[in-house]
Amino acid sequence: MKRLLRTLALVLLVAAGLTWLATGANRGWTRTSVAIKTVDDVTGLEGIEYRKQFVPGLDFLGGALLGAGLLAGTSLFFCKQQTKQTKS
Amino acid sequence: MNKSLLALIGLTTLNSIAFAESQTFDFKDPKGVNNAVFKLDATLEAIQGSANGITGLVTFDPEKPGDTKGGIVVAASTLNVPNPMMKGHLQSAMWLNVEKYTNITFEAKELRNVKTSGDSTTAHAVGTLTIKGVEKEITAPVKLTYLKDKLGQRVPNMKGDLLVIRSTFTIKRSDYGINPAAPQASVSDDIEISLSVAGAAPR
Repeated sequence: MKRLLRTLALVLLVAAGLTWLATGANRGWTRTSVAIKTVDDVTGLEGIEYRKQFVPGLDFLGGALLGAGLLAGTSLFFCKQQTKQTKS
Repeated sequence: MNKSLLALIGLTTLNSIAFAESQTFDFKDPKGVNNAVFKLDATLEAIQGSANGITGLVTFDPEKPGDTKGGIVVAASTLNVPNPMMKGHLQSAMWLNVEKYTNITFEAKELRNVKTSGDSTTAHAVGTLTIKGVEKEITAPVKLTYLKDKLGQRVPNMKGDLLVIRSTFTIKRSDYGINPAAPQASVSDDIEISLSVAGAAPR
């Protein structure tokens, strides 16, 4: 159990880090939409539309770090498995 | 008798021509391009968003752009930022209280320092900006671009003119009671607003 929790913590941390890097390493807040600019041909004005897209930010990384820390911390409450010693 | 009649007809004609020059442009954009962008510095990154619920009427005379008058209304509930939690805060009672104060308005009283070159006019618009129920007189630089007979290119089967208004100005968050408790070290007091709108005057 101890090992499982620590492995899960590591997997969570690595997965979050890779997701953050793969989505552009946004150093701001997490976004659930991105602004798309379009230019109106006649007036020359820039219109703004929002497209749904998840862009994790530093708060996402922080949340993953906290989650991993909790998992790793919980693992400390589990005792090391006793191994039976047999006398030969 | 005939001379008086001719003079009267002449005056009436001149009068109608003079009034015909002034057009009222409606800024409710069927294409949804009109927008107001706001930006304020904050910890981690600048808070930047936009609103597209724009309406308003502006009276503009291409011969006398300095006489331009009218107002632009932004529906506060259309203010959007890419972070949903931030959007919730922005629309809450602490920040803009969009449920109570549904509109952000600017009513232009007069234009100063008017300079016209071709179809473009630059000026300083003096008027009243109302945010969260607080009215303040401000002066904002504006650029007006008159696009004669261009409405048909934007809206099929319609004839008329377009008026494009662009303006970028800065206001103080504290002047309008927008979350006065937020420390200026975390969220700046200055809010930069950029307005990009086009109005139509069908014929």
